[in-house]
Amino acid sequence: MEPLLKVTGLQKHFPIRKGLLQRQTGAVKAVDGLDFEVYPGETLGVVGESGCGKSTMGRLITRLLEPTGGKIEFQGTDISHLGVSGMRPLRRDVQMIFQDPYGSLNPRHTVGSIVSAPFKLQGVEPEGGVKKEVQRLLGLVGLNPEHYNRYPHEFSGGQRQRIGIARALALKPKLVVADEPVSALDVSIQAQVVNLLDDLQEELGLTYVFIAHDLSVVRHVSDRIAVMYLGKIVELADRKSLYESPMHPYTRALMSAVPIPDPRRKGVKGERILLKGDVPSPIAPPSGCRFHTRCWKATEVCKTQEPPLLELRPGQRVACHHPEDAEGVTIPSARESVEVTITKSPESPKAPEAPEPVEAPEPEAPASAEATESTEQADAPKSGEPAEATESPEAPEGAESVSKPAAKDDAAGE
Amino acid sequence: MLAYIIRRLFSVVVMLLVVTLVTLSIFFLIPKMTGSDPAAMFVGKQADPASIEAIRQKLGLGDPILVQFWHFVSGIFVGRDYTGGGDTIHCAAPCFGYSFRTEQDVWTMLTDAFPVTLSMVLGAAVLWLVLGVTTGVVSALKRGTIVDRAAMITALAGVSLPIFFTAMLSMLVFRTQLGWLKSSYTPITESFGGWFGGLLLPWVTLAFLYAAMYARLTRATMLEVLGEDYIRTARAKGLPESVVLGKHAMRSTMTPILTIFGMDLGALVGGAILTETAFSLPGLGQAAYRAVSERDLPLILAVTLITAAAVVIANLVVDLLYAVIDPRVRLA
Amino acid sequence: MTDNLTKTGAAVGEPVETGKSAPGDTFLDVRDLKIHFPTDDGLVKSVDGLSFQLEKGKTLGIVGESGSGKSVTSLGIMGLHTVGQYGRQKARISGEIWLNGRELLSADPEEVRKMRGREMAMIFQDPLSAMHPYYSVGNQIVEAYRIHNDVDKKTAKKRAVELLDRVGIPEPAKRFDNYPHEFSGGMRQRAMIAMALVNNPELLIADEPTTALDVTVQAQILDLMRDLQKEFGSAVVIITHDLGVVAELADDILVMYGGRCVERGPAESVFYEPQHPYTWGLLGSMPRIDREQTERLIPVKGNPPSLINVPSGCAFNPRCPYADVPKGGITRTQRPELTLVGERHHSACHMPQEERTRIWTEEIAPKL
Repeated sequence: MEPLLKVTGLQKHFPIRKGLLQRQTGAVKAVDGLDFEVYPGETLGVVGESGCGKSTMGRLITRLLEPTGGKIEFQGTDISHLGVSGMRPLRRDVQMIFQDPYGSLNPRHTVGSIVSAPFKLQGVEPEGGVKKEVQRLLGLVGLNPEHYNRYPHEFSGGQRQRIGIARALALKPKLVVADEPVSALDVSIQAQVVNLLDDLQEELGLTYVFIAHDLSVVRHVSDRIAVMYLGKIVELADRKSLYESPMHPYTRALMSAVPIPDPRRKGVKGERILLKGDVPSPIAPPSGCRFHTRCWKATEVCKTQEPPLLELRPGQRVACHHPEDAEGVTIPSARESVEVTITKSPESPKAPEAPEPVEAPEPEAPASAEATESTEQADAPKSGEPAEATESPEAPEGAESVSKPAAKDDAAGE
Repeated sequence: MLAYIIRRLFSVVVMLLVVTLVTLSIFFLIPKMTGSDPAAMFVGKQADPASIEAIRQKLGLGDPILVQFWHFVSGIFVGRDYTGGGDTIHCAAPCFGYSFRTEQDVWTMLTDAFPVTLSMVLGAAVLWLVLGVTTGVVSALKRGTIVDRAAMITALAGVSLPIFFTAMLSMLVFRTQLGWLKSSYTPITESFGGWFGGLLLPWVTLAFLYAAMYARLTRATMLEVLGEDYIRTARAKGLPESVVLGKHAMRSTMTPILTIFGMDLGALVGGAILTETAFSLPGLGQAAYRAVSERDLPLILAVTLITAAAVVIANLVVDLLYAVIDPRVRLA
Repeated sequence: MTDNLTKTGAAVGEPVETGKSAPGDTFLDVRDLKIHFPTDDGLVKSVDGLSFQLEKGKTLGIVGESGSGKSVTSLGIMGLHTVGQYGRQKARISGEIWLNGRELLSADPEEVRKMRGREMAMIFQDPLSAMHPYYSVGNQIVEAYRIHNDVDKKTAKKRAVELLDRVGIPEPAKRFDNYPHEFSGGMRQRAMIAMALVNNPELLIADEPTTALDVTVQAQILDLMRDLQKEFGSAVVIITHDLGVVAELADDILVMYGGRCVERGPAESVFYEPQHPYTWGLLGSMPRIDREQTERLIPVKGNPPSLINVPSGCAFNPRCPYADVPKGGITRTQRPELTLVGERHHSACHMPQEERTRIWTEEIAPKL
């Protein structure tokens, strides 16, 4: 299946300027190289702690922000650097729902004019007139169509979020990016909105990118989930694999940290992995694997080599040198397999629906495998840790060199 | 921190140079555009052509603007000779120009006027700070009561009434009707009582306006601060209300007030024109007023510079103070 | 013996329910607490007749949505509705709050002030705004210690550093001089806990202590709180909207709705045999991380009640899916009282208990 949205090497660095001359002294690497696809009709959940870049990612793919690197393709069209007028047709297809149901609605406008604004902006005259269509939308999201002339402050938080949803749906978008759509709401209201989003997806065939910090909500709504840490995706997998057998240590720690609403499990200490410290600053992210400062499995290689995001199990992509539950997956061969995939066809990574058998590709590309092995042997004595040499630093480098020039080409091309 | 201060001082100097250049340019260009003779402006319309020509030579008005600029700046450091029409006027080392209107060294004029303004502004500042902040705090703590309303109505009056009105009114009542405080300005070096008596009315009048503004600001800030979470924390710790208010709340409340205070002081030193004129105080404001109405370029230039310097330096002091008060502000 | 008590605050009518046990037997005993705020729109009944008990060494979790009155309750116990309410219309508080054998509402405010921070301390939701930005973290802890202990600065500093160390702040002596903005969110909450514990309080109230934190940091803080409670043996009231957090920490759970308690009891009973439709609603609304759910969530319909016009009968009635279940002649305007439904387990619902048990076991539990 063709992806609806395809993101390669996506980057957003916010410059930090200082001094009289406003020289750039650094950058907040909010999003630093993301690759993922969103397929029609699915919900891609994006989770991570504050500062992981998930909201920036949402603003990039809706092009409320312009990326500093990488490529965003929507239905095969590169939209990474489209201007305001170039984006106009796209604004119909991609809509966003925001977290704050208080701040995102203009208090001086009636609900009717808020929900009908997209029609005016796009110059669309819906069938049967704007008012009728708006009332239909209000009904669709479970609001009383009679409340057309009321103002946002007359509604409760949950109802305001419904207004935001109605506005997002006005132009019948294909992709809806929801940034923390329920985190400002009370539990009982949160469930109403989650159910509403579910129903609308079914009814209208929507595709969602659902950004949230609440892992329970994400588990409930998502088909596939990307876990972000400091501007990177550390794991991307279907719901079942991710929640039942997470492979990245960060994913595992994140899952185990969520308090389970079951008093009988309280104090069962073995289940919980307590991470040390806080998330480091995205201005100066740790070298190598960004998680190594908090990871209990970190070794030397993690400090120096950035692990690439590789498909270690069907439909489960992980960026880790020492993945969890890796039995049954021979990592070196898995690495090569993905390397092969990338070198052979960098433009079309496999869709999760058609996963590549993990062991298979070895005979397919002996040359590449050999090349990797020979450099590995050459480097092995230097590393001083023979045990580590098998999970060599070379594999990640190889993959890196493929993706990096691609990103540069893009930047040069504009 | 030191590097920051040095950099800021450097930018103060740069800014003052720019102000000089701009002021000079304005007076250089305007006569050109209106077709009048700048030299004639400087001596007055009835002057004979010979003396106008002499002034032109003395001021170097025929020179390009940058040369004039250079003469002015170097004059500050090494003094300057005005030569033309057969005679030479020497203006000694901090030479900020020579006023041909009054036939006086500008620097002398300024040093005469400055203490007057400073006395007036500082005295009023002490008064309004104490009065304004106290009223504001009391008003905030008694929010919604009669006391609060009375204070805020008075403050509103203070803010809305123009200073010349209150000045005239106070003079009418105290000087004309009651016959008090009739003495005019006396330097503090001559007589403290005379100085105090002469300045009391200007102080009160000026302070009324500013105290009103400060009371409103203090009240609003205090109310905001009292709603802060850390005030609740302070109470939850078991601190007595006197500490909660006097220490925790006051420190936060004073921060914006100090900022405004610094700016106001700077601005007033350069130009309490209305107050000085209304009370006939021979201060900088009056000098500025006279300079402008008589188109005395050297004096205008000097007053402009002093005003600019006062504002910029006050700003610097405020920024430094701010960094001391609020640890979140980093100076770099 | 309760008749010798004098009460502060305007009485709101309604006689005080005389307790079953003598007041002061339990460590914290809140009886028929009412906290009402007069506003221009009407009387806001934030807390309207709340009673509960808590023993030392135990944790009570108060659960509810925004506007349920849970935070107002916590500030009420601390006596923070009566100080610093300058010029405003005063909160009307009635009922009794017994802490360690002393009644707080009728006590001299100065006495209560001296108890705050020493016998009862509080942790707030957002540690950044809850600390004064202009004072160093260490000095704020020292201040909390010295107001209740007549010691010199050096001793107090030693104590503060000791506590910073205990709550897991690395290099506590160095971090002592840091300002709150120089701490990370998790560190700030640790410092906040250190500040609350500096006087070894017997009662610790934590109002949404982890809501502002990331989930991995939340886990650290919950872990710390559990350890500290074991060590300090204090009674803890934790206020939260997160059922996961209460399940993690609480021995007893109190569910609040519209300013009243709808259900309270041991954590296990409330989670496994809930007896109130609102509790069912909370459990059904909550997506679970620990199981694969394909079913839709079961939300509570409608919106939380306005506290100005709380329905005269059961506050939950307008949202209750079982409002039409026959209740043996009880009308909608009658207010359900808390009744015993299990061991130490109370619930306020007009439905017959057998019916509730049936609905829970047959209709609700299988869907969760």
